[in-house]
Amino acid sequence: MYRYDEFDQKVVDERVEQFRGQVARRLSGELTEDQFKPLRLMNGLYLQLHAYMLRVAIPYGTLSSRQLRMLGHIARKYDKGYAHFTTRQNLQYNWPKLADIPDILADLATVEMHAIQTSGNCIRNVTSDHFAGAAEGEVDDPRVWSEIIRQWSTFHPEFSFLPRKFKIAVTASAKDRAAIKVHDIGIVIRRDATATLAFDVYVGGGQGRTPFVGHLIGEGIAANDLLAYLEATMRVYNQYGRRDNLYKSRIKILVHQIGPDEMRRQVAAEFAEVKAQGALALPQAEIDRINAYFTAPAFETLTEDTSRAKQRQASNAFATWHDINVAPHKVPGYAIITVSLKPIGGVPGDASADQMDLIADLAERLSFDEVRVSHEQNLVLAHVKQSDLFALWQKLDAAGLGTANYGLITDIIACPGLDYCDLANARSINIAQAVSKRFADLDRQRNIGELKLKISGCINACGHHHVGHIGVLGVDKKGVEYYQITLGGSGDETASIGDIIGPAFAENEVADAVETLVDTYLNARQPGERFLDTYRRLGIQPFREKLYVAH
Amino acid sequence: MSLIKNNEFVDNVFARVADGETPTDGAILVSLKRWQADRDALMARNAPLGLALTADQSPEALGADVHHFAVIELEFPKFRDGRGYSWARLLRQRLGYKGEIRATGDVLRDQWLFMSRCGIDAFEVRPGTRLEDFRAALNEQTVFYQPSTDRVRNVLELRHKTHSSRQSALAAAE
Repeated sequence: MYRYDEFDQKVVDERVEQFRGQVARRLSGELTEDQFKPLRLMNGLYLQLHAYMLRVAIPYGTLSSRQLRMLGHIARKYDKGYAHFTTRQNLQYNWPKLADIPDILADLATVEMHAIQTSGNCIRNVTSDHFAGAAEGEVDDPRVWSEIIRQWSTFHPEFSFLPRKFKIAVTASAKDRAAIKVHDIGIVIRRDATATLAFDVYVGGGQGRTPFVGHLIGEGIAANDLLAYLEATMRVYNQYGRRDNLYKSRIKILVHQIGPDEMRRQVAAEFAEVKAQGALALPQAEIDRINAYFTAPAFETLTEDTSRAKQRQASNAFATWHDINVAPHKVPGYAIITVSLKPIGGVPGDASADQMDLIADLAERLSFDEVRVSHEQNLVLAHVKQSDLFALWQKLDAAGLGTANYGLITDIIACPGLDYCDLANARSINIAQAVSKRFADLDRQRNIGELKLKISGCINACGHHHVGHIGVLGVDKKGVEYYQITLGGSGDETASIGDIIGPAFAENEVADAVETLVDTYLNARQPGERFLDTYRRLGIQPFREKLYVAH
Repeated sequence: MSLIKNNEFVDNVFARVADGETPTDGAILVSLKRWQADRDALMARNAPLGLALTADQSPEALGADVHHFAVIELEFPKFRDGRGYSWARLLRQRLGYKGEIRATGDVLRDQWLFMSRCGIDAFEVRPGTRLEDFRAALNEQTVFYQPSTDRVRNVLELRHKTHSSRQSALAAAE
């Protein structure tokens, strides 16, 4: 994975000192909270309902074991012993003290980490495929390009005060695990007819109040022009994105209002200018330099491991976990492991400091020292030898990390919601816990098959409810929490925005409603159909009838 | 408001002339509307001319006309409004403007460096602003990833010698 050189390190170190000065000015009263707010928001520090919240960037979700250990250490030393992995592959501390933040940032800097641009109207943490470099079917490692974009977007002088926040996601696989079409910019890396890398740039996707699937604006952009194309897109947005209305200021609204053709024309014109100016052309030496950090680890030459058959017989629990949480690796004899952070009845995405330590140890010993955070709020050990799986599972299971539910209905995405968040209208965690407990039975979950349930506590959609096969959105009705259900959303390469099924439900009705929807699917499905497939075949009506007849 | 340029407080010699007003003698600052209406008369004056652009006015359409101005003022109505950063870069890089670009309005201490990197070289600051704070703010970060208008060698140039010499050649050619 990428390692800082002296320049990267200095950027982060200088930032720590700058923020230390800002915090000192706040604590001495030189700055009021109002004056401090824009400064802390440049650095991932929010004031939530009960406390400050610090969001730490995990660029494209990749961590070394040393970094994960530091995240655990910070949770233990400065927080309550746990932290929360988010849908932007970041980590949030919910209870840090303001006076400690500079020290936390200094600790992070020692492991090449920071909280830069995890908030504010700037280019946020670049996200990518959590199976990068491990799954079949990739044309390149998307993290190379994510890192290039990370550097270009860090403290970009022109684009640090955009109309609104800006999210970029990158995939290099036809199978989109990074939800790129619901990002402000989503990049698909492919190879053209001559096997040369080409970048398709989707613009104007996003969730929130007005969800859209992104449009293909830049097609087949050359590798060394990627930054010039991004700069051109950002400049069009910075000039003409709306600033009069917070809810209409994302780039998706600009694209929607002027239309994708006009957007394409404006970006192309700007791109020609930026390209002619030349300074942003990526030198091949830099591409090579970053590529070198992402060369494949030293995989052994192995054959498919056969010892697992015996282990599977010995332990049903292992066999089940293996079926569900282990994905095929591109190299024979290896496997990709999803460590579920969704124990039945737990808080999706939360991990304790001890769990972080354990996963860091396992990654160091068994997965080439690397951990991934998925946007689905799980952790991934991407390069595990098949012959190590049983021992790995035993360790995970003993630490409460052996939940077998990857991609199943209890593998729920949920934002922190009103338990923590200042913006939320309703709690999310309670709904996740209720649905999780309702569907705790693993045989039942497996019978249901892939079902992505996503919960947001407000319309900002941090819980990705718009792209949930079943989405749940918390709303406030005269001071009471209600939950609106959407069906048929998807964040993959067939991206779609979910349809609202009807009037919202009270908190204690949501699990029942989900159960009714699932039963409707089970009764109507044809062989091999997932929930999403059945929904797409039948439309919303049969689901609506069942759901509202019962009420 | 006080004015900082080249790391020093300087006098603002440009008098702002409202659209209906008769220009005073000496250096004046006019709106885009006034410029478009009275271009010839304004150019015939024998004193420095400045142009005040509001945040929603792109300088791009001015083309070669930018060279008539000694000062172009960019308005930042709210610190969140970042359009001026793009206008500044367009002025410097696309239009080749060499005069003063002045930031006015709601500008935070921590924005001076970004502005400076985009080519803004004069800053109207709140009364009470200390020069040492301004200088410190401009030096809190010294390493930059992006090529910009300030001619500071960026990380790519520092990492890759061949790239940097090409960049220097480009800069020298301007």
